[in-house]
Amino acid sequence: MLNYLIRRLATSVPTLLFIGLIVFLLLELAPGDPMAQVPLTVPPEVKQQMREALGLGEPVHIRFWKWLVQFFWIEPLNLVDYVFGTTFAEGQLRVISWQTRSPVMEIVLQRMPQTLWVVGVAYLVGIIIAMPIGIYSAYRQYSMFDNVGTFVTMVGFSVPPFFSGVLVIVIFAVNLGWFPSIYDTTLVVDDWDSLKAQINQMFLPVMVLALQITSQLSRFVRASVLDNLNQDFVRTARSKGLSENVVLLVHVLRNSMIPVVTVIALGIPAIFGGAIITEQVFQVNGIGQLLISAIEANDLPMVQTLTFIFAVLIVLFNLIADMLYGVLDPRIRYD
Amino acid sequence: MTDQSVSEPATIVVPQDDMSRPARSQWADIWMQFKNHRGAMVGLVIFAIIVLGVAVGPFIWTSDPQAIPPVVEMIKQRDARPIYTLLWDQGAKTNWANPLGTDNLARDNLARLLFGGRVSIAVGLTAMILALVLGTFVGVLSGYFKSMDGPLMRLTDLFLALPLLPMILVASLLFREPLAAMFGVEGGVFTLIVCLIGITSWMQTARIVRGDVLALKEREFVLAARSIGTPSRRIITRHMLPNVLSPIMVSATLGIATAIITESALSFLGFGFPPDFPTWGRLLNDSVNRMVSYPERVIWPGLLISLTVLSVNYIGDGLRDALDPRIRGR
Amino acid sequence: MKRLSSLLMVTAAACAFTTSAYADGHEGKRGRDGEVKIIYWQAPSILNPFLSGGTKDVESASMIVEPLARYNEKGELVPWLVDSVPTVENGGVSADLTSITWKITEGITWSDGTPLTSEDVKFTYEYCTAPEGGCAQVTKFGAVASIDTPDAQTVVINFKEPTPNPYGPFTGGESPILQKAQFQDCMGAKAPECTEQNFAPIGTGPFVVTSFKPNDVITMKANENYRVEGKPAFASVTFKGGGDAAAAGRAVMETGEFDYGWNLQLAPDVIAEMEKGGKGVPVAGFGPLVERIMLNNTNPDPALGPDERSVIRPHPFLGNPAVYKALSMAIDRPLLVEVGYGKAGKVGCNWVPAPEAFASTSMKCDVQDLEGAKKLLEDAGFKDSDGDGVRETPEGKPMNILYQTSTNAVRQDFQALIKQWWEEIGFKVELRNLSGSVFFGGDPGSPDTFQKFYADVEMYANTFNGTDPQSYLGNGLCDKAPSPKTQWQGENISRFCMPEYDALHAELTKTAGIEKRAEIAKKLNDMIVQNGGMIPLVHRGRLSAHANTVGGVVLNVWDSELWNVADWYRKK
Repeated sequence: MLNYLIRRLATSVPTLLFIGLIVFLLLELAPGDPMAQVPLTVPPEVKQQMREALGLGEPVHIRFWKWLVQFFWIEPLNLVDYVFGTTFAEGQLRVISWQTRSPVMEIVLQRMPQTLWVVGVAYLVGIIIAMPIGIYSAYRQYSMFDNVGTFVTMVGFSVPPFFSGVLVIVIFAVNLGWFPSIYDTTLVVDDWDSLKAQINQMFLPVMVLALQITSQLSRFVRASVLDNLNQDFVRTARSKGLSENVVLLVHVLRNSMIPVVTVIALGIPAIFGGAIITEQVFQVNGIGQLLISAIEANDLPMVQTLTFIFAVLIVLFNLIADMLYGVLDPRIRYD
Repeated sequence: MTDQSVSEPATIVVPQDDMSRPARSQWADIWMQFKNHRGAMVGLVIFAIIVLGVAVGPFIWTSDPQAIPPVVEMIKQRDARPIYTLLWDQGAKTNWANPLGTDNLARDNLARLLFGGRVSIAVGLTAMILALVLGTFVGVLSGYFKSMDGPLMRLTDLFLALPLLPMILVASLLFREPLAAMFGVEGGVFTLIVCLIGITSWMQTARIVRGDVLALKEREFVLAARSIGTPSRRIITRHMLPNVLSPIMVSATLGIATAIITESALSFLGFGFPPDFPTWGRLLNDSVNRMVSYPERVIWPGLLISLTVLSVNYIGDGLRDALDPRIRGR
Repeated sequence: MKRLSSLLMVTAAACAFTTSAYADGHEGKRGRDGEVKIIYWQAPSILNPFLSGGTKDVESASMIVEPLARYNEKGELVPWLVDSVPTVENGGVSADLTSITWKITEGITWSDGTPLTSEDVKFTYEYCTAPEGGCAQVTKFGAVASIDTPDAQTVVINFKEPTPNPYGPFTGGESPILQKAQFQDCMGAKAPECTEQNFAPIGTGPFVVTSFKPNDVITMKANENYRVEGKPAFASVTFKGGGDAAAAGRAVMETGEFDYGWNLQLAPDVIAEMEKGGKGVPVAGFGPLVERIMLNNTNPDPALGPDERSVIRPHPFLGNPAVYKALSMAIDRPLLVEVGYGKAGKVGCNWVPAPEAFASTSMKCDVQDLEGAKKLLEDAGFKDSDGDGVRETPEGKPMNILYQTSTNAVRQDFQALIKQWWEEIGFKVELRNLSGSVFFGGDPGSPDTFQKFYADVEMYANTFNGTDPQSYLGNGLCDKAPSPKTQWQGENISRFCMPEYDALHAELTKTAGIEKRAEIAKKLNDMIVQNGGMIPLVHRGRLSAHANTVGGVVLNVWDSELWNVADWYRKK
């Protein structure tokens, strides 16, 4: 296992570099212009000068090399400087966003709290609700509970957040006035009152997101548990005289976790990726909104950096999932 | 339990004939099981009704989904409510010629729903099937053959990391005009959308299938099959695939919903069908801002998307049960 | 030289304006009204308008940094940081129109307490014109030869040649004054590295940045050194960005969470529904913004190679007067206004609909005439000879129109309506919509930009800054047509080309005198509309909304919408 882990970690470096290159080329090839949002009243010559000031005049390979150096050398140096108060990175150009002309990493850090609060909590809530629903629906397949659960989760999944988000705003923010419709990112949680305000403003976006996540996950849990309920080992466990709870929650669940772990492992990088539409609807302005607005503004350094961080997380969590498979089912061997 | 003769799809037998024969083919067996699954049958009937409705509906309800009446008529007819509104609101502006009311340009809502369903269902089903086939293929190969695991999973990582939007832009830049030349404007758009959605949504299925295959191939029955010399191809088709069917079915149902919504997002960006071409996703999207005044404009497309997904889900449930030899015959 | 005084009866207007602001009886201590919350659905990215040029950035920055003079809600220039607007009459503008002298008002200080001097003004010019800086507003300084600063309060701008409109530099929200002390290390190529400065410029305006989260939210507090006692009434500002126009409208008019929502581009029935929420009201103002259909004067046939498509003339049929007149006659503009803009729109027959002095009145276009249009086409020989419902040109080409625009609910409604009308008079219309970031992006590699115009007609809106349309009218000149040679850059989108037009425009650049200038401008406007350059549709207003409890809002489309934020107050 350790061997496999080391080998995977070693191969992930070229993999990531390759992904970085492909993304860079893709962004290069994609039609788009960082000046798209500048009003039409600014003449084209001026726009051209502005593009050149962004460094767009240089050839592709030089820009990719610059980005690599900035991302892998200067950004870590800045981190070192920040932690130890040194000045290694002084005067070195960091990865700069074209929209804001400021270091990309600073904006990413700025966006992390709201993304983690909203998307992260929604994920937790989703997992916590989905597991019991999925297990119980499978255990009592085609019961009332299962049918209602199926209906709700399917409707929940097929209703897109651009609709469900506005719907809950109209009901809970406009008509009932219980929750705000717009997320306040300047709120600092430092006492009970601000925590209450934070929960209050998170409620609607978390609800919308958690519905989607629960729907998806509970279906996979249900299907997987159903697959295992009729296996021989369950019969054996029952015939040994184990209680139904132990059979279900230990023997069946452990064997049903492989697809669930896969789905969750794919979901965690998505937490970082944010939730584009839900963030838009509630103006949470997290990473998802950052990415989509950067794509719209053709802010290539920002898109490239975000996508790359995202790729790192995907590679990492898929590796973790692969490790977990081995733990859940010791028969799985990679060596 | 599983007979070794490879069953050809051509031997699908109508069940009535089948009853008299002593040895039933596997497919007939599956159909028998499927037929007894109440949820699956209800799902199948609803799905058939929806598909028939959108396929044949526009020929029966011949109102043009894109036609706008002349100016004076348009102002008179626009924003009509569905006729059932009369049940609780006698004063509502309704029009018997438009049973589900009209939109803000006086186009008939019913005609738009029927017509829109064609695209949504076609895109949803084809894109889902494409994603499923791709995902299952990659998943089984990388789970079963150790040598392919590394490269295929790194490929999956790559696709997971690619940002969707720039990819759509590039694809549309490279392929839109050649495809339009090959299949005509609408055919080209359809191919492009289906391929884009399919190519960008197979990764989850692949990861899940691979995970299951990794565990399955260490089970005793696979060992047994291998020890009697069953070739890999047959182990995969007869022992692996039936056992990973349930997550595949879940992916299928979720995939349809995602595809229908993604189609509307693509059209919104300008890479889908022309803007006056209705689809369920777009009808829903366009009406969100008017949902308080005209709830029917969001309820109907939303309901139809949900019903389609629900019915496919139940069909999937039935199919899974029918294909599971352990359940079959109980 | 009488023109200048009649063009801008500035000084008087300014005095009247300032007093009226005081006269509405709301006075008191600075910061008495607590917090005001503003929402822009496009989030500001940077607070230095010289580095961005985006409306969202210019307007948010206008609360902090200010120009020497501003346009008021009527489009008149009013002194802002100066004693008066220089004119030839008061000697501020030299008689030969080659220089203008601004006198900065005594005692104005930056928010850090240091005095505003002519050095800062000169520095701003140097900052923007520094090479490699990529300044978005550099055209404002295009005519400037040099800037002299005889003393701390006096700025003399020397132009390269006689300039009939000398009010380009340092007026309006796009051209504010930056503080030399803060920005002197940020010249040229270094401009983008000065994150701290670009995110929190020191200004003379009513508010000071306390924190700036790019593309998300700005918080500001009242400027303790603001020049007017008792202003601003609000102690702090939360300036939120993001989401969409509908969310902003809801937050102001339905839930009351925000006090001001910018540019609510929504269908009138949606706005009306929101207004029922009762927490806020929409306000509309009209500038020169016109929604129009551009007619392609070149051939966009996909069969043509990249160097010929949308480059070679003529278009198979759009160049025929009968065709473009019929297309225009088939459109019911009052209906378009009603469906798409409500009170934020007027029937638009002109390319330059405002200011009033420059708006042509020679054309009427508010009546739809389908029969007349059909007859016109019929008489010109465009007949449906094969009976498929689509007319053919005399050469036998079917009259198919590809009609493209950017994605926007109102534009898609317009497309559907106009398609219907055009198909009624015998064209076949195919619609396309494109994401705004692609359509308006100038990427020469993309086939979908509005400059490339790979379609027969396309619809969008455009406007001009300030009140003089000279450079805007220049968008109709032959040599401004985009082509592969210019990397598809160029503002003459319809590729309109008429030697008489070019000659008349050349005359405009040399003409002084408001009446004469207006006369030529109107002629140019009529010329392009009547000769198949474009079909104007709607004269669009800007629609924003403010909460019922906020007073002092004066919607201004000639400058930043937040131009008078210092005068806003909370109604008790």
